[in-house]
Amino acid sequence: MSIAVPDPQIAAHLEPGALSAGRRQRWRELGRELLRQKLFLVGAVILLWWIVAAIFGYQIAPQNPYAQNLTAINLAPSGAHLFGTDNLGRDMLSRVIVGSREILIIAPLATLIGTVLGAALGLAMGYLRGLFDDVLSRFVEAFLALPLVVTGLIAIFAFGRSNTTLIIVIGIVFAPLIARTVRAAVISERELEYIAAARLRGERALYVMAVEILPNVLAPITVEFTVRLGYAIFAVATLSFLGFGVQPPSPDWGLEIATNYGQVTAGYWWEVLFDALAIASLVVAVNLISDGLEAVLER
Amino acid sequence: MSAPSPSPAPAAPALELDGVEISYRVRGRTLAVVRDVSFAVARGESYGLVGESGCGKSTIALAIVRYLAANGRVSSGSIRVDGRDVLALSGRRLRELRARTVSMVYQEPGRALNPTIRVGRQIAEVFELQGLSRREARERAGEMLARVQIADAESVMARYPHQLSGGMLQRCVIAMALAARPSLLILDEPTTALDATVEAEVLDLIAALRQELSTSLLFISHNLGVIARMCDRVGVLYAGEMVEEGPASELFENPRHPYTVGLLRCIPRRGTSKTRRMLDPIPGFLPDPGSRPDGCIFAPRCALARERCRAEPPPLYQSGRARLARCHFHEHAHTLPRSEQAQGEPSAGRPAEQVPLLSAARVSKTFRQAAHQVHALQDVTITLAAGETLGLVGESGSGKTTLARVLLGLTGPDPGGEVTLDGAPLAPLARSRTPAQLKALQIVFQNPDAALNRRHSVRRLIARPLSKLGGYRGEALARRLTELLAAVRLSERHLPMRPVRLSGGLKQRVAIARAFAGDPRLVVCDEPTSALDVSVQAAILNLLVDLQRRQGVSYLFISHDLGVVRYISDRIAVMYLGRLMELGPAERVFSGPHHPYTEALLSAVPSLDGVRRERIRLEGEIPSAANPPAGCPFHTRCHRKLGRICEESEPPLLEVEPGHQLACHIPLAELGREPAAVPIGEHVER
Repeated sequence: MSIAVPDPQIAAHLEPGALSAGRRQRWRELGRELLRQKLFLVGAVILLWWIVAAIFGYQIAPQNPYAQNLTAINLAPSGAHLFGTDNLGRDMLSRVIVGSREILIIAPLATLIGTVLGAALGLAMGYLRGLFDDVLSRFVEAFLALPLVVTGLIAIFAFGRSNTTLIIVIGIVFAPLIARTVRAAVISERELEYIAAARLRGERALYVMAVEILPNVLAPITVEFTVRLGYAIFAVATLSFLGFGVQPPSPDWGLEIATNYGQVTAGYWWEVLFDALAIASLVVAVNLISDGLEAVLER
Repeated sequence: MSAPSPSPAPAAPALELDGVEISYRVRGRTLAVVRDVSFAVARGESYGLVGESGCGKSTIALAIVRYLAANGRVSSGSIRVDGRDVLALSGRRLRELRARTVSMVYQEPGRALNPTIRVGRQIAEVFELQGLSRREARERAGEMLARVQIADAESVMARYPHQLSGGMLQRCVIAMALAARPSLLILDEPTTALDATVEAEVLDLIAALRQELSTSLLFISHNLGVIARMCDRVGVLYAGEMVEEGPASELFENPRHPYTVGLLRCIPRRGTSKTRRMLDPIPGFLPDPGSRPDGCIFAPRCALARERCRAEPPPLYQSGRARLARCHFHEHAHTLPRSEQAQGEPSAGRPAEQVPLLSAARVSKTFRQAAHQVHALQDVTITLAAGETLGLVGESGSGKTTLARVLLGLTGPDPGGEVTLDGAPLAPLARSRTPAQLKALQIVFQNPDAALNRRHSVRRLIARPLSKLGGYRGEALARRLTELLAAVRLSERHLPMRPVRLSGGLKQRVAIARAFAGDPRLVVCDEPTSALDVSVQAAILNLLVDLQRRQGVSYLFISHDLGVVRYISDRIAVMYLGRLMELGPAERVFSGPHHPYTEALLSAVPSLDGVRRERIRLEGEIPSAANPPAGCPFHTRCHRKLGRICEESEPPLLEVEPGHQLACHIPLAELGREPAAVPIGEHVER
């Protein structure tokens, strides 16, 4: 006795949802899960605000951040000047808003350079292993011992002060840190059998790294990018504070704190506090985003 | 014991589930994963729950001790242990129940023990919980280990879990579980992670202890053979519903539900081989969790389903004494039609021609680990003819996978051996082989999740090897892709999907398509079905056989499931500690006379065929390949050891009859004289 049985496996996933399954759906799912995390949302809102401030700062600022008013110097926060004024009578609120611009250009660019370099290095070290990995690993360890600010100072003395120098230096210092994380992810990935299958097709190393492995380690790379971004913001602020970063008369936060912090002893705390809070809020926001991404991606 | 627990009514069963429904809340939706399950385990009884993955077996086990995940709950019904309502217990009472009345043993013994605490200490803790002093508890722990047949209890107690083998660990976990003298022992796939030989011993142990301690067992397994061997009564679960229940012996002999009938037909047994018939997979898929069709839950997959089945959910019919079946037509379940009878020409079995397709001569592989060397392969010589399937069996650690990797060029062998394809030597590593050679040898891995790049679509997974190995471009590639999809029974619809969207069986089909993309001559199948449910396994085996028949490809088929190996293989090689112990035509290796090791392996397999047979015990564990025994490597565990000769000289692999090689000092005639075991191969398909 025989009966026509529809092939079992073809009948799979008849629900229409599964059919349009693709990249788009995956992103939508990821987005939905991220939005369900309150802390991620808080971080995203803060970061978004600062990005808007960096782009449209001059339009948003209630007053011209550079306009001096010597009749209104060192005013405490009030209705007219919510964040008070500095020793040249400039409106602090406007300066804090506009001050986000340069840090939000320098830090992400530097982190991007570090991430791209680091990911490439980490992929090569983790996949090729052997002598290449051994030698580079020692270099990475040596780099890890160098404090970022000291390295930054040396480079700035050597190449001169400019935002470009700052971006490149921070990027290069970050690369080995990122490489280390990526390398670890690649090492566990290369033991999986799909890599063996690729080798049995005679794929070249570059193809295996870029096409087979890279997409599977994008999650840790993304998380690492956001973590490093927080550090980069901090590093840029520190270097500016030390006078080696962004130059006056820019209302950059680190620079403002450096310029004004003599005034704190005179009781004009608002000239430093709001810049410091701005830096803190940005770093915290990036870290919240990073935690949220990590929770969603690394599962 | 100081437990002032109310003494249960004498007649109360050890476990009683009544109309239990268990649901999980997932993304704001409530999904019922277990519906209206009722059964009872009498005192001293062994009750088996069988079903495929996703049927709710483990969920039920967890619910009994209220270990469900935070989003799961028993939404209706009652669970009673020793007459006490588990769902109504207070926190303290619940702890008491878990400490004294119910114990659980899980699949992975390594994860049930704390890796940082010595084994003895962990077992002693159970006794301390009962109020014994530290010293007494330690003594009792030692006694308990002796009870689970651990010879050197003192030294085992002083060790950490990672220093013990899987079989030893599972004994320790069983010792712990029994330490509290529970009235109910729940075993959730207790032997699934173990080798067949070790599994057989652990099962014997559980059976013996059950007699001794008069504990009731709830035995959960997907393995019908194990359940048949261990249980008095069996419940068959399908998609969260109990579809059939009855005494184990009757239920497997004479199933009354089409699902049970189908499940039993999926398993290659009674010596079936691919030349005789195809297997019968169960068509279709489990319904999505939480959804169920209006009528019978199995109706969409049932070839017997009629109008009534689709409209009216069947109750549990009384079907003979102590038999229940949830089928409107339970009297006719056995008439479930078979899918396809026809089987074409036997594909192979051709004797090795002039030049074999692939041959490996005296291949060895030594891994260096810290101070010592591990001889994973030692002087292995095999040949494979075109269109032939060579089955490779042996316990874990016997070198099966290493041999496959060496042939493929994924692992470089020690210098000295030679692998040839069509008589031409192959470079040791894949990267130095020619495209034609790469094309010729491909593999299907055990775990499709690791073997398929999870970021690539099915289209990409199959198209890349087509262009890389097959050299197809543009129009031709698209045409070939369609053909290949059809050959592995996938559809165009699957092309844009990523592996996550596919079930285990579909993923394995993609992996098979990938292996066949370059028109290979030999495909290594490394446990290709062991991660799959039996019904899916049957479909995959059918597919492999079909592809072989049409393309004349050879297989090197690695599996621990001897029934599967018997079904698909023309010849079988038995490996032990990196050496070939026996190599011969499948029916000869299975029916004997065979190597004592083969004999032991065969006798370890729990059989469904109701033939009670004396099992050959293998003494102890497989020795370490870093320090193999002198002489015959098997002599330390051999039940037919002759004496000094076995300890001192290693028997060579000799051709004892045409095409059948054995490495044993005992002459063939002698080996055949004592048919200690009734091998699987002797029963003829009914």
